[in-house]
Amino acid sequence: MADKRMTEDEVVGELESGMTIGIGGWGSRRKPMSLVRAILRSDLTDLHIVSYGGPDVGILTAAGKCRKVTYGFVSLDSIALEPHFRSARQSGSLPDFLELDEGAFYLGLMAAAHRVPFYPTRAGLGSAMMTENPDLKTVTSPYGDGEELVAIPAFEMDAVLIHMNRADQRGNGQFLGPDLYFDDLFAMAGKKTYLSAERIVATEDFLAEGPVHTLRIPRIHVDGVIEAPLGAHFTECPPDYGRDEAFQREYAATARDEDLWKQFRTDWLDLESHEAYQAKLSERGQW
Amino acid sequence: MVSEATIDEICVVALAEAFRDDGEVLCNPMGPVPVLAGRLARATFAPDLMLTDTIAYAVQGNLPLGADGADAVVESYMPFRSIFDQVWSGKRHVVMGASQIDQYGNQNFAAIGPYRQPKAQLLGMRGAPGNLINHATSYWIPNQARTFVEQVDVVSGPGYNRVAALHPDSGRFHEIRRIVTDLGAYDFESADRTMRVRSLHPGVTLEQAQAASAFPLTVTDDPEVSRMPTDEELALIRDVFDPNGVRKGEFA
Repeated sequence: MADKRMTEDEVVGELESGMTIGIGGWGSRRKPMSLVRAILRSDLTDLHIVSYGGPDVGILTAAGKCRKVTYGFVSLDSIALEPHFRSARQSGSLPDFLELDEGAFYLGLMAAAHRVPFYPTRAGLGSAMMTENPDLKTVTSPYGDGEELVAIPAFEMDAVLIHMNRADQRGNGQFLGPDLYFDDLFAMAGKKTYLSAERIVATEDFLAEGPVHTLRIPRIHVDGVIEAPLGAHFTECPPDYGRDEAFQREYAATARDEDLWKQFRTDWLDLESHEAYQAKLSERGQW
Repeated sequence: MVSEATIDEICVVALAEAFRDDGEVLCNPMGPVPVLAGRLARATFAPDLMLTDTIAYAVQGNLPLGADGADAVVESYMPFRSIFDQVWSGKRHVVMGASQIDQYGNQNFAAIGPYRQPKAQLLGMRGAPGNLINHATSYWIPNQARTFVEQVDVVSGPGYNRVAALHPDSGRFHEIRRIVTDLGAYDFESADRTMRVRSLHPGVTLEQAQAASAFPLTVTDDPEVSRMPTDEELALIRDVFDPNGVRKGEFA
């Protein structure tokens, strides 16, 4: 019986520069931030990040880690525009990106999870999503009047990172908040999937944590499990904790000033481990 | 004696009117004035609408703006994946904002300037491309003069001319139901599918509305005056849905 527990740095050790990496969660919600910081402090570069983006995308683009970002949006929720990502788009410092309609992005995940080359949709027809992305193709329906549909390509991802409320050491994952988002599809779509969790519990304790419908990540799609209490901080991870809005505001303000950003990286993002980050958070109080 | 309606309340009612006759659909308004409009419509003349708490639940009851919905009666579960499924099912009517909109209803809230490297990155495409091509969409535009442009920089939500250029089946679910601004209400019920004046808010003349538009407004009949809120509607807006006057912030 496989014990898949590992550390953030061991996960990063299995990644390579140039890879396409999917990151679960949604905006500033249940993001695997301890894994994102581990990538940040590594020498990985030239990454293609696939995400319903939040600070994961903001941090990695601001640090120059990304060759490309594929996204449905990049937002901090309570701050509508991710300011670091906004700067990168306006300055042109991000070499490439593919912005899809939010729903179309779901189809790219689903196509990859189901191992088909694309899923068809009307979303995008007539909009700049098509005219600005000539690589996006349409298909003609083989039925009826031959309607033209957008073929959203499968997001092939070398690795996927997701964060759950609970997991067992074999890789089964449990979400306890209001929304799974698309983490099950991410997990299925990744060639390798790494799942961090607030707490690793015994398998027989899952149903004491939440109803059976919350057991949505089956271990057949998970290669590594990382126990990371507060692993999603400063994004929200209900019911374990809400978003740290004060911390997020501090993070957002660093997009205006290179020195502030460097200082914030030193103070928080470049710490040598998640344990060090947690220790520093508890010094700050409330956490 | 209820004091006279103010412009924000007239706009809420004009936008609520967009939901009349929608029947049983998911109403997904975004921003304070649209949310008020959706809740007002359901509380009065469109009782079958479904509304979400903007998190993951469809809720009943007359929630005030900003209430967390913890005490609301949940009637269905609507996580984001389900919302997209509803979009594609067509049983949805959304109200979005716009930074720019043109004569054919092409809308932009994605970026100002060239798309690949914009002068100002705005919201991005978000769900606009999928919404427009799948179900009814209305727009709330608090500043018409700034927003009605000759040409949008980026098309996030396609308008009638761009949809007409697609395969005939592609546009069969496309509908821009209503555009409500600080000056009036508009629709596309014109022969050439250009933006038509549906009604002007009390005291606004056609000349004023035209002066606040970079394209010619289509006029088919003598434009009506946007209707005044009823006493019941005013009481709901002021006392139930928005006692703190959040809606007025959009007119600053």
